[in-house]
Amino acid sequence: MRRLLNTLYVTTQGAYLAKDGEAVAVRVEQETRLRVPLHGLGGVVCFGLVSASPPLLAACAEQDIGVSFLSEHGRFLASVRGPVSGNVLLRREQYRRADQPEARALLCGCFVQGKIINARTVLRRFLRDHGDSADAPAIASAASSMADMLDRVARATTEEQIRGIEGEAASLYFGVFDGLILTRTRDFTFTTRSRRPPLDPVNCLLSFVYTLLAHDVRSALETVGLDPQVGFLHRDRPGRPSLALDVMEEFRHWLADRLVLSLVNRGQLNPKDFKRSGSGGVVLADDARKDVLVAWQKRKQEEVLHPFLDERMPIGLLAHTQAMLLARHLRGELDAYPPFLWK
Amino acid sequence: MYPESDLLPVSALQHLIYCPRQCALIHIEQVWDDNVHTALGNILHERVDRPGMERRRGVRTEFGVPLRSLALGLAGRADAVEFAADGPCPVEYKQGRPKRHGADHIQLCAQAMCLEEMTGRAVPLGVLFYATTRKRQTVELDEHLRRQVRETAMALHALVATGITPRPEPGPKCKGCSLADRCRPGTFAQGGRSAARYLAQARRAVRDEDARPGARDNVPDGIPDSVPKGTRDGARDIDMPPAPRPPHPPRQEDD
Repeated sequence: MRRLLNTLYVTTQGAYLAKDGEAVAVRVEQETRLRVPLHGLGGVVCFGLVSASPPLLAACAEQDIGVSFLSEHGRFLASVRGPVSGNVLLRREQYRRADQPEARALLCGCFVQGKIINARTVLRRFLRDHGDSADAPAIASAASSMADMLDRVARATTEEQIRGIEGEAASLYFGVFDGLILTRTRDFTFTTRSRRPPLDPVNCLLSFVYTLLAHDVRSALETVGLDPQVGFLHRDRPGRPSLALDVMEEFRHWLADRLVLSLVNRGQLNPKDFKRSGSGGVVLADDARKDVLVAWQKRKQEEVLHPFLDERMPIGLLAHTQAMLLARHLRGELDAYPPFLWK
Repeated sequence: MYPESDLLPVSALQHLIYCPRQCALIHIEQVWDDNVHTALGNILHERVDRPGMERRRGVRTEFGVPLRSLALGLAGRADAVEFAADGPCPVEYKQGRPKRHGADHIQLCAQAMCLEEMTGRAVPLGVLFYATTRKRQTVELDEHLRRQVRETAMALHALVATGITPRPEPGPKCKGCSLADRCRPGTFAQGGRSAARYLAQARRAVRDEDARPGARDNVPDGIPDSVPKGTRDGARDIDMPPAPRPPHPPRQEDD
């Protein structure tokens, strides 16, 4: 069984990562603050002014440890990988399928069904726990409209129809999202999704956690030999990791959004954790970012039952599992792509 | 005669005999996971993989000897070759104890046939050394074994040329396989799980939960029962040029 490997997140500005024997040494001002064995490490994510030595990068590449560099606020900048992994035949098949309308529609349908089923489960879980909320009727009606949309996706034959339904489902979901925020104060409210830049703390948190999720999904796709840029639901656009975004759809609401909601609803973050720039964009303060990273790492260690494989596994392994299932579909061993369905 | 660019690893013969899917996962899909058996094998081979030589009682032994045969289309390394006065003799170190399937013998014989092609000398005998029993077993490399080597090598080239990984055929061998997690014999065997059915069941569960009686029965699935026809055509040529690697993006959107 594949082990869940840790991700090392480095947020200390000015840190330098070096190879120290079979470990990563994190140095700040010549002083070694931390040593982490490479064995057991699945990825390294560096925020802002963090640098790494070439021997360390080489060792990570050789051992399949992805190293990503993000801006101080979590925007993806670059990643260092070893030689192209996996095999060219699989990527060829991925490209061929991406060019076939039928195969595209089939995969779009799978991604979107996964997304809608999981979004609906998020709403129903809320109703189960907070049925007395003032927003409950609106949320219940959104959940039941999603059930209709699911059947429409299953009947749809073109990717355009499916994209249209996905858009409807997303606006329905974000239309009631504010109701899922339980804090009595109005410091955290949600009106609409904004991302470039996020204009309020909730959007800032969503964007940050989506970046973490994208890092994991992208690495997983590359590990099984798929090209993260050639997607099915998301159209090709230079610089866009379309396939990573496709596979993220089934994870966004139940994994990322619920993490944001629980941080906010449990009062683990407060308005002082956010900085507003002159332009109105909102960014996370350093300490709060660490809190989010710790919560994310903890969530990934929780075990879930994979309903398709009928096997328990840590949440942190799901991205790899889904990438593997997608690769096996492209290789012709599965009649469709089975999204992870959260129960 | 195979060109040098088409040579496959001698070790792939063993993988093919053990399981065609395992062989394809390793040599077509290029995946590898260690388990306890393979890790022990690695430790055992640390000594013998280092090229070098020693001389004892007039027999010169070379370690980590590179080998190839253009006739078989194979290349690899012998753990050791003893060069005695009467000719070279390959020695293969094996984890565990002698096994019933003939894979070890075939690998040894393939090494001998490589040695014959490269040195021009006959190699009638080889040696298997088993770590658990610590016994040398001398193997006579007869025509029957040689025919098996030639047939297995041809089957290996045919498999790799298709570029298609065969479906799993679950069996007792899956228990000891380090790739079982990648292979997932239960899920991907012929007649294994269907993702279309899994999604259809999930939709039915949603409909039942939503419980609006009689509203929506008989909704067609929209998902065909099989993989679209012809989608694997053309995936047969192993010598295709590598796809160009797109440059890494300057930045990544979050959604």
